[in-house]
Amino acid sequence: MAEQHLTTPMTDADVEKLHAGDVVYLTGIIYTGRDAAHKRLVEALDAGRELPFDPKGAVIYYVGPSPARPGYPIGAAGPTTSYRMDSYAPRLIAEGLRGMIGKGMRAPEVKAAMAARKAVYFGATGGAGALLGLRIKEARVVAYEDLGPEAVRELSVIDFPVLVINDCHGGDLYAVPDLEAALGA
Amino acid sequence: MRTIAKQTVVDAVAAICIDANRHLPEDVLASFARAKAAETLPAAREIFGQLEENAALAASTGLPLCQDCGLGVFFVEAGEGVRLSEGTLREAVNEGMVKGYKDGYLRKSTCDPFTRKNVGDNSPAIVHFDLVAGESLRICMMAKGGGSENMSRVMMLAPAQGWNGVREFVIRRVAESGSNPCPPILVGVGIGGNFELAAINSKKALMRDVDDVHPDPEVAAMEADLLASINRLGIGPMGLGGATTCLGVKIKVAPCHLASLPLAVNIQCHSARHKEVTL
Repeated sequence: MAEQHLTTPMTDADVEKLHAGDVVYLTGIIYTGRDAAHKRLVEALDAGRELPFDPKGAVIYYVGPSPARPGYPIGAAGPTTSYRMDSYAPRLIAEGLRGMIGKGMRAPEVKAAMAARKAVYFGATGGAGALLGLRIKEARVVAYEDLGPEAVRELSVIDFPVLVINDCHGGDLYAVPDLEAALGA
Repeated sequence: MRTIAKQTVVDAVAAICIDANRHLPEDVLASFARAKAAETLPAAREIFGQLEENAALAASTGLPLCQDCGLGVFFVEAGEGVRLSEGTLREAVNEGMVKGYKDGYLRKSTCDPFTRKNVGDNSPAIVHFDLVAGESLRICMMAKGGGSENMSRVMMLAPAQGWNGVREFVIRRVAESGSNPCPPILVGVGIGGNFELAAINSKKALMRDVDDVHPDPEVAAMEADLLASINRLGIGPMGLGGATTCLGVKIKVAPCHLASLPLAVNIQCHSARHKEVTL
């Protein structure tokens, strides 16, 4: 397991050098998007419209932040559970998306798309919303403002801490539950 | 008959909503410290360190512990000798919840199930009432996030499946949930009752302290068995492996129909946010 510092947008080479278990500090622009925003992003692609941000090399953070208090750019901002974006993710990866930040397990189709197109799935610590929100330096809504917490935001981050869960080489960091040990009385 | 001013309820509910979202209960923090000390895996210890740091930051900055400030779930024990100065108790609780989520800069997470349009003020509060003797009002609030709630299930077992069937269903549910619900989790289990009572009891059970031991020794033994068994899964904090998949299992039992063995499993993330007030 290595410690790496990366700036966005990410390149194929950036993705290839990452392995499950690596601690990564991201600096640059990342975009927020969760359930409702993903639906609209894919609808835009289906309709032949441009996305509200350039997907090439982009990193999407699955997050719906809490409102910003006065004096802060954003509220609490930890990851949401990623599987709900599984049906949309391969389409965005095909458009050049290189990184996703969330928590929880991904579907085989997403892992296959990551391997085929060079993308990486990062985990951030779920429930550490205050800690992660304080690592975000600037935030502005770039699309779908009517979705409230689910709007697409452009976040400026410096050394945002994530962990490689699934790499493009088939690596998977999550522990496999030992059902036999648990069930055996 | 005692009359309580509606605004007293509104303000008290708003205050516990904000408090619950900024301050983890002491028993939950103590369970982190115990579990961290018992973990040998560096990744597991690192996660507990982050959760402790997060709790300290939320308390010092006023940011919520988690961006998912949850649905506002309330268990209200209303004394039969209490009445409000105006309106209904449900309206007062809802108004207090809306005020707390607005004033506390908490995320509003309720939406239309089909259009997914955000309601905008986190209403309606989900309120469960129990009428009790006396002239006081006890209001318990839980900020329940969607990630852990999504991993919860109700199952109508056949009576023949008995405790072994209950045990296997709970363990398999946690195993299948894996890293999704933000482990280490708490598991609320409702056994018996009927379809909806099992679900409500599984959530009520989560209001108990993490280190609370069930007064019935048989149920306490079931809780201990499930806790130890779940922790042999090895999912660990945030799914990275380790000894702590679960911090506590809390069971609530009720009589059921001859034909049924209702079971509900309510999964609670490590950010077990709840507060209460008695008026």
